[in-house]
Amino acid sequence: MSSHTLPYTVESHPVTGLYSGKFGTWLFLASEVMLFGALFSSYVLLRVGAPADGPGAWLSHEEAHLDWKIGGFNTLVLIISSVTMVMAWASLKMGNLKKGKTYLAVTMALALLFVVIKLTFEYLPHIQHGLVPSHSTFFALYYTMTGLHALHIIGGVVVIAYFIGPGSALWAKNPEYYTNRIECTGLYWHFVDLVWIFLFPVLYLL
Amino acid sequence: MRICGRTSISALAGMALLFCLATPGFAQGIADASGSASVADYGYGLPPDVSAHGHGIDQLISILHWFMAALFVGWGIFFVYCLIRFRQRAGHAAVAHPVKAKPAKALEIGVIAFEAVLLLGFSIPIWGSVKNDLPTEADDPLRVRVIAEQFNWNFHYAGPDGAFGRTNPEFISEATNPIGIDPGDSAGADDIVTGELNLPIERPVICEISSKDVIHSFSIPVMRIKQDAIPGMRIPVWFEARKTGTFQVACAQLCGNNHYKMLAPMVLHLPEAFADWVREASAPAEEFDEDDFED
Amino acid sequence: MSAEHDSELSFFRRYVFSLDHKVIGVQYTVTALCFLFFGFCLMMLMRWQLAYPGEPLPIIGSLFGEAAMPGGVMLPEFYNSLGAMHGTIMVFLGVVPILVGGFGNYVMPLQIGAADMAFPKLNMMSYWVYAAGGVVMLTGFFVPGGAANSGWTSYPPLSDIATTGQTVWLFGMVLLITSSLLGSVNFIVTIAHLRAKGLTMFRLPFFVWAQLVTAFLLLLAFPPLEAAGVMQLMDRLAGTSFFLPTGLVVSGEVQQVSGGGSPILWQHLFWFLAHPEVYVLILPAMGIVAEVIANNTRKPLWGYRAMVYSTIFLGFMSFIVWAHHMFMTGMGTTISAFFATTTMIISIPSVVILTALLISLYQASIRFTVPMLFALAFLPMFAIGGLTGLPLGLPASDIHLHDTYYVIGHFHYVVAPGTIFAIFAGVYYWFPKVTGRMMNSALGKAHFWGSFIFMNVVFMPMFWIGLAGVSRRLYDQTAYTHGEAVQDLTITSSWGAWMLGVAQIPFIINFFVSARAGKKVAENPWDSTTLEWSAPSPPPHGNFATEPVVYRGPYEYSVPDRSQDFFPQFTPSEG
Repeated sequence: MSSHTLPYTVESHPVTGLYSGKFGTWLFLASEVMLFGALFSSYVLLRVGAPADGPGAWLSHEEAHLDWKIGGFNTLVLIISSVTMVMAWASLKMGNLKKGKTYLAVTMALALLFVVIKLTFEYLPHIQHGLVPSHSTFFALYYTMTGLHALHIIGGVVVIAYFIGPGSALWAKNPEYYTNRIECTGLYWHFVDLVWIFLFPVLYLL
Repeated sequence: MRICGRTSISALAGMALLFCLATPGFAQGIADASGSASVADYGYGLPPDVSAHGHGIDQLISILHWFMAALFVGWGIFFVYCLIRFRQRAGHAAVAHPVKAKPAKALEIGVIAFEAVLLLGFSIPIWGSVKNDLPTEADDPLRVRVIAEQFNWNFHYAGPDGAFGRTNPEFISEATNPIGIDPGDSAGADDIVTGELNLPIERPVICEISSKDVIHSFSIPVMRIKQDAIPGMRIPVWFEARKTGTFQVACAQLCGNNHYKMLAPMVLHLPEAFADWVREASAPAEEFDEDDFED
Repeated sequence: MSAEHDSELSFFRRYVFSLDHKVIGVQYTVTALCFLFFGFCLMMLMRWQLAYPGEPLPIIGSLFGEAAMPGGVMLPEFYNSLGAMHGTIMVFLGVVPILVGGFGNYVMPLQIGAADMAFPKLNMMSYWVYAAGGVVMLTGFFVPGGAANSGWTSYPPLSDIATTGQTVWLFGMVLLITSSLLGSVNFIVTIAHLRAKGLTMFRLPFFVWAQLVTAFLLLLAFPPLEAAGVMQLMDRLAGTSFFLPTGLVVSGEVQQVSGGGSPILWQHLFWFLAHPEVYVLILPAMGIVAEVIANNTRKPLWGYRAMVYSTIFLGFMSFIVWAHHMFMTGMGTTISAFFATTTMIISIPSVVILTALLISLYQASIRFTVPMLFALAFLPMFAIGGLTGLPLGLPASDIHLHDTYYVIGHFHYVVAPGTIFAIFAGVYYWFPKVTGRMMNSALGKAHFWGSFIFMNVVFMPMFWIGLAGVSRRLYDQTAYTHGEAVQDLTITSSWGAWMLGVAQIPFIINFFVSARAGKKVAENPWDSTTLEWSAPSPPPHGNFATEPVVYRGPYEYSVPDRSQDFFPQFTPSEG
């Protein structure tokens, strides 16, 4: 890349206790908290401000037709994927690239499973029944929030795929650096799961 | 630091002096109280004030500007003094040792205290009375519903019966029924809907502001009143006119291409003249209603 | 060591897709200067319609075609597009990118003694996402109905029902926000991790502190606007009703939407960003002014620590004042009193910083260099901008002044003669570091006096126009009696704007001629103390020949018992 090397790409900074990539990831997640925080706040404001009845009123559970069992299963899928993500990192820490990559592949498969379930058992049937974003404020929020979350999942899949594939070349040169990158990916991944853990009760149960 | 001290003390003294002088405000009077206001009645300062509460706002604006001017001049004198006295030249060197600037701190605390006085003593009471403490029924207020649309103001009066007709967007017709009064509601039979704001003087007026389409802002500069008109909300404000004449209602929030043309005349009547206007204005509405029944 | 490596890179990798923070900084600066000039041109066009409503604009007017200016007369829709785009371009494509992306990127790593930003690839990406955002914004002018025309604040429902340009605007904003986020992560990590040995936080130049707080503001305030932007896109493209209440009737037609939304929600999310954004516009500007003032007064900044604490406090407070932009939305006494109070509180740190800069002039030895002229002019201009915020921050006086020209005058005094002057100060001050050449002083002084006089001619009349009660964003204020009464002030302001345009000619000439033929100077032409002046001009890839070490605070000027009147951070103490 360039001739000079920047410090703290691998080793931790004495004051922050983090290497630069991890620090940057935490900051990025702080901004993500603000992004989803704004959406959750909007949810609260719109729900509280909705007319009591008549057009524009908040949808009841029955009207929304959201199945908590599907949502719950997907929650489980994501929680397991978080565990396999940790396993991937732990394997790399112990110097086992092959095992690490396997766990990464499992994580990716679970992420894809989540997206496929979301599409085939939720989005498509809903759209067929006319429960599209313009149906009501609830569905506007539902599609925006879960859609944005699904984009985050897909973003994660792309990153993981990169680290299984071309990104893993770094292992040969600097295994610790590669392991750190997986740790950062893991932080992001746990955050995305956490968002879902908030989304699930807010949209399916409350 | 003597200089800095002297400046800030003189600034504070000047401030106090100006504070005493400021009270009359700088709003312009209207030469002819009964005629309509022309360009000549407006100047570079605040526009004429025809409201009961406007004096307080004008006074606050006036005090603030004297305060700002005093601070600015005080700072300015110190600034220019430094630029001349401490310019780089032969035989002059900077002093690195930091000066003690207690007067500056005193000035800062003075500014904070003054801001607190303005906020607690002027702003909050005025705001509370204009936007919150609406007149009660005992004050016999006149209620006017103000419905904004691109690019018109509709003023809805209850008419002689004192009751507003029900409205529903389904009944809206741009030409005949701009605000959608329900023809089946007898309370609406004598309602007045007009594009001209007619008001009596010496009587509290409650305007309930809403909008059909986008956000507008109901602004009457001479009445020192402004309130956003927001679709889906009906927000009351109140005021009392003190002078007769013809003025303008303005839109203060960008609402589309013809935002600049969204103005309505405001006619302020003596109470008797206003009663006459209500009688006349509600008459055609009755005729219209009768026609409707014949159909 | 790095120079040889550098030359191995292809032209594209060196100058276009460079990873070097200095090249990226220059890319940002030049792009943003172009946008600033473009945004200013939009305004000069609008000023014609404002001064001479309905009259055809000679010569230039015929260039815009029938859709915008038939017969040379501007249409209201084109006027509104110009207004919305002027605001957007100036704020999001001009001032913020040049302050943060330009000066921040170029100067900050040098001032902290770093070889580069912590994440060079991210840095490159943030520039290119910004550039893409700029291009998307500009394409708005070519879609049917013209560019976004609902104001830079894009209040729904107006923006929800507006022409296609608004969709383009939203996509552009999403890109610009993404770029800012990437940049701010990079800035914070760089400042935290890559400081030179000995450079403790309280030895940081004030400019770096300003950049640090700014980065936090961008990081935390922008995402809510991104969320709001996504929701508005959904409203426009998927037919949702986030910002549309039940029973909306546009042009006599009941809107077939689900309803139940809230127009005010947008304002909350927008101003939650846009008030911190004000400090994003002003803090780095204060940083530049502080650097230039310390250097040209030849004495330490007065109250450096107080300034730092004030900056941090400003950053925190800026998150809880947003609703003072919304006093007219039907707010009760309690909430308006809360936001008025926080607004009064936030004025205190601004006053502290201004006072500290002012007292720094006392017992100084002031060099009237071109950057210093701009930095000095910043002080009274910012003072006017700050003081006129008072009548707007108090809800009662705001009743009369809200959404009038008074507001326009107020915030332009903060960002136009304020921030823009700081930007010019920065350009003149760091130009020799970037190019190794000085800018011409005579042309610089001509530029300064022209700008100083005409800035005031443009904006001072606006206070009187506003006091007269004239609403902002009016295509033709003479439609109102009180507007007609102050029309001559509007004409004065317009002529001021055009003359201000003329006053920029010396700068443009100076900028390009000096870059090629300016007087060559050594690495520290201003006898400055901060780290960037220890690197060669221009600094090579990797910045410093040897790893810099910092021995003292940033502004050790006129230290007694020394032969020179400055004691750089990077010079070891003798003995």
